[in-house]
Amino acid sequence: MKKRILSIVLALCTICGVLSLAGCGGSSGRVTLNVYNWGEYIDLSVIPEFEKETGVKVNYTTYASNEEMYAKVSSGAASYDVVVPSDYMIGKLIEEGLLAELDFANIPNYKYIGEEYKGLAYDPENKYSVPYTWGTTVVMYNKTMVDPADVADKSVDLLWNEKYKDQILTFDNPRDAFALALSKLGYSFNSENPDEWKQAAELLRQQKPLLQAYVMDQVFDKMEAGEAAIAAYYAGDALIIQEENPDVEYYIPKEGANMFVDAMCVMKNTQHKAVAEAFINFMMKTDVAVKTAEVIGYATPHTGAKAQLDPTITGNPVVYPDTQTLQNTEVFLNLTPEIGQLQSDLWTDIKKD
Amino acid sequence: MNRNSLTKRLVTAPYTFWMLIFVVVPIALVVYYALTDANGRFTMENIMAIVDYKKTFGVSVELALISTAICLLLAYPLAYTISRMKAHRQSTMVMLVMLPMWMNFLIRTYAWMTILENNGLINRFVRMLGGEGFRMINTNGAVVLGMVYNFLPYMILPIYTVLTKIEQSTIEAAQDLGANRAQVFRRILFPMSVPGIISGITMVFVPAVSTFVISKLLGGGKTFLIGDIIENYFLGNTGTVNYNIGASLSLVLMILILLSMAVMNHFDKDETSGGML
Repeated sequence: MKKRILSIVLALCTICGVLSLAGCGGSSGRVTLNVYNWGEYIDLSVIPEFEKETGVKVNYTTYASNEEMYAKVSSGAASYDVVVPSDYMIGKLIEEGLLAELDFANIPNYKYIGEEYKGLAYDPENKYSVPYTWGTTVVMYNKTMVDPADVADKSVDLLWNEKYKDQILTFDNPRDAFALALSKLGYSFNSENPDEWKQAAELLRQQKPLLQAYVMDQVFDKMEAGEAAIAAYYAGDALIIQEENPDVEYYIPKEGANMFVDAMCVMKNTQHKAVAEAFINFMMKTDVAVKTAEVIGYATPHTGAKAQLDPTITGNPVVYPDTQTLQNTEVFLNLTPEIGQLQSDLWTDIKKD
Repeated sequence: MNRNSLTKRLVTAPYTFWMLIFVVVPIALVVYYALTDANGRFTMENIMAIVDYKKTFGVSVELALISTAICLLLAYPLAYTISRMKAHRQSTMVMLVMLPMWMNFLIRTYAWMTILENNGLINRFVRMLGGEGFRMINTNGAVVLGMVYNFLPYMILPIYTVLTKIEQSTIEAAQDLGANRAQVFRRILFPMSVPGIISGITMVFVPAVSTFVISKLLGGGKTFLIGDIIENYFLGNTGTVNYNIGASLSLVLMILILLSMAVMNHFDKDETSGGML
């Protein structure tokens, strides 16, 4: 009897094994494309549209930060085909040989991308990335809680104003938080001078007792509910927050801000490069790009889509800043390993003290 | 004999396999990363670097101890009261204790954010009554509250389980022999419920000392616990991914927990008599 049970168990195991193999064989008939994007960063209705058009199945997953995305793709724990990192992270991925060179014959819609978003420092020869959205960081404030005199000069100093102790929110990631301090000091966000980073760290240390919290996505709830008076965040999100709470105003600080570009890239180890490129091309179709821009609130680099958007959005000087303002912004570059390590150590020190 | 052990092995095989893959291998990996550098060479540097984090360890242990103590003080009387109820009411009460656990832990912690905020439920109520309102969110107190709220059932249930096993007749016998209520508690109830208290303390202290979500949401990222640092090193939220330091912090935390469990078990002489662990 016991032997029979054993043989049944063994037989079941074999069947399961065979079935799982068959499962693998079956699914290869239909291509699955793994797309890894930021959270709340797409109009989800376009995915079934792409699936219907091409017969490809899209496995869409999201991340909350460039670093989280990097930790996943670089560990090799999961394989992705299309990713949407920001500028400096694209630079890092190129440097480490993780991105595939794109075949632009498969992405004819690339022609819609504005010239000013091509040839940027992170991908100077336009070989690896197709810009998806762009924007700047802004300082947001609730006009019922902040004295107009304190925001008249549109300065980043508002985030250090002791009058608003316990009412200030800032980024819970080192790159953006340091950029605010570096701009206050008048240094480059990509500084290679350790002393400048240490001075910035000192400023962040002084800021900590004034802060209500370090936040990322929680900024939506807290600014919409009037829980905090002042916050630093991204322009596109400030627009969405203002829709919910009209008391919220925002500006690009006069000291300068980070200009970021999030671009679509294809991972080098992809099994379906042509399909990945077809997906990028699909996302760059004018009607799809319009949907993306309308849903997520970020500025689009797509000239055709921009022309079709509501003029109150494209005319908004914070979402689509003029060239003069943009000259005062700086793109993040990949930091050298030494500076990266220093930034990480300084940030951990600030947070744990 | 031979056949018997084969059956035994077959029955335990899935569990042994599970333990091997999901407990032994991960712990071996943690030890490996903790004792090597980025190039895979042996080093003690990561372990030495722990000294930099002693303050964070201190805060984590302190908050976890406070939460555990509050949980014990709240849970014991409740567990005792439930254990002395009629059987059908007991099961209702136990279900009420477990009810919040049917909901996702993260959602419940988010809910506390809305309750504690400056414009949250409590402060709005206080202001409605003409009070000043006070600051609760983003303090260590809020983090402790979050821990107590989330982990309280893990303290109640093992204590309750042990207390139900104590016959009412044992207590009556003690009373017959002249013990007053304090004596009954000190000499009979408490010693007999030690195994439940021990497993309750372990089940609250361990998750509390290693949490990172509660401190992030209710502490506003300003109460930085050891779990936050470990998470940051593994996800690269600090800008660089460093499995080695992250693993060495985890290793030290594990050793800390094992040590405290060893100390606890020392008090628990009668190991066979119950509890959930």
